Amino acid sequence: MSLAYYPGCTLKTKAKNLEEPAIASMEVLGFKLEEITRWNCCGAVHSLADDDLIHQVAPVRNLIRTTEQGKNKLVTLCSFCFNTLKRANLLMKADTEKRNTINSFMDDEIDYSGEVKVIHLLEVLRDEIGWEALAQKVKLPLRDLKVAPYYGCMLLRPREVAMDSVENPGILRKLVETVGATSVDFPESTRCCGSYQIISDPGVISAYAWNILSSALSYGAEALVLTCPLCAYDLGQGQEELVKKRAEFKGMPIFYFTQLLALALGLDHQVCHFELNYGNPESLLREKNLLP
Amino acid sequence: MSVTISSKRRGTEFVKKVKELSGENLHLCYQCGMCSGVCPAASNMDLSPRQVIELARLGMQNEIVKSKTVWICASCLACTVNCPRGFDLSRLMEAIRLLTLRRNVDHVKPEQIPPEERDDIPQIAMVSGLRKFTG
Repeated sequence: MSLAYYPGCTLKTKAKNLEEPAIASMEVLGFKLEEITRWNCCGAVHSLADDDLIHQVAPVRNLIRTTEQGKNKLVTLCSFCFNTLKRANLLMKADTEKRNTINSFMDDEIDYSGEVKVIHLLEVLRDEIGWEALAQKVKLPLRDLKVAPYYGCMLLRPREVAMDSVENPGILRKLVETVGATSVDFPESTRCCGSYQIISDPGVISAYAWNILSSALSYGAEALVLTCPLCAYDLGQGQEELVKKRAEFKGMPIFYFTQLLALALGLDHQVCHFELNYGNPESLLREKNLLP
Repeated sequence: MSVTISSKRRGTEFVKKVKELSGENLHLCYQCGMCSGVCPAASNMDLSPRQVIELARLGMQNEIVKSKTVWICASCLACTVNCPRGFDLSRLMEAIRLLTLRRNVDHVKPEQIPPEERDDIPQIAMVSGLRKFTG
């Protein structure tokens, strides 16, 4: 079965370790992630100002590309792309005045009114494949690996785009358990990592990261699993410094959910590109006999 | 911080503009402080999120504009989903940022980001950061 897929910019460069294991895993599960043609940057953040419609044009163009290619559902992997595309779609569906303005501005495009359903790959795993069916496909259960699900912000907020309970999400926990690992819940799993503040105040990001990492550590986690390349960066890039500064901290590997999936499905570990991860995941996986 | 409140400032151009840009009704807020309680960045802010709403509706433009709070907000929406009155504070923060950015005053100068950092940072950080911090 073919699914229209929107990769976004970062997955083609810094986050190949999110995209490549996703494509390979979905193939094993009987789905082809088919990249929509002529996609453009989604804009990364949703415009919050009432009069700022020009920044809706980029995400809406991607939704138009999707309908042009005969699809009514668009799968995303990056949390930012998921959020931005889904919010732009809701705006086009719900606000007639803004929809008309945006459509008439883009007079080179077909009129669009929110027909595409924007979903995240995690929702495909939960709703279209199902955890039990997925469990049947697991060849290498990730036994003994204690992983803390980290949701961040963009999968769950605002409420109208949330793929799961805003207060008590469980979708990543279900994935971790389905692939045979132990899920470690911790209270900071939906706390912001600082996001794009990394470009204005990297020092503050290190403090946010320590809050999140130390909390996961105190609940017994050996690694984090997440979906967002910016969370991965904010929580990973300062770890070397943290290891030097804090004797109790030895580093914490950060996995994309697609890497755990691919590994559990028995795919060649090279598709996971662990060399691009922060926190040295390979040595943890070897310790657990999950890598040769 | 001590401030002088005057009813004369309530209907100023600043209040009108902030309402227009945010699309939010500032009078929904009853100052319970939930936004400040759930904000992961509140401890770094000089004005708490709750205070920003109060000062905005009182027309205290100078106090808000000189504060660093709106530049520390990362639009994580923890306040938005927890507000018992359905007030979307992230939109107010954006409106206040835009009042500065639209005067061509950038909060971050792209050329000042060190080249090695620029090469290292993922695109979504650059795109989202420059969207939020430049006009």
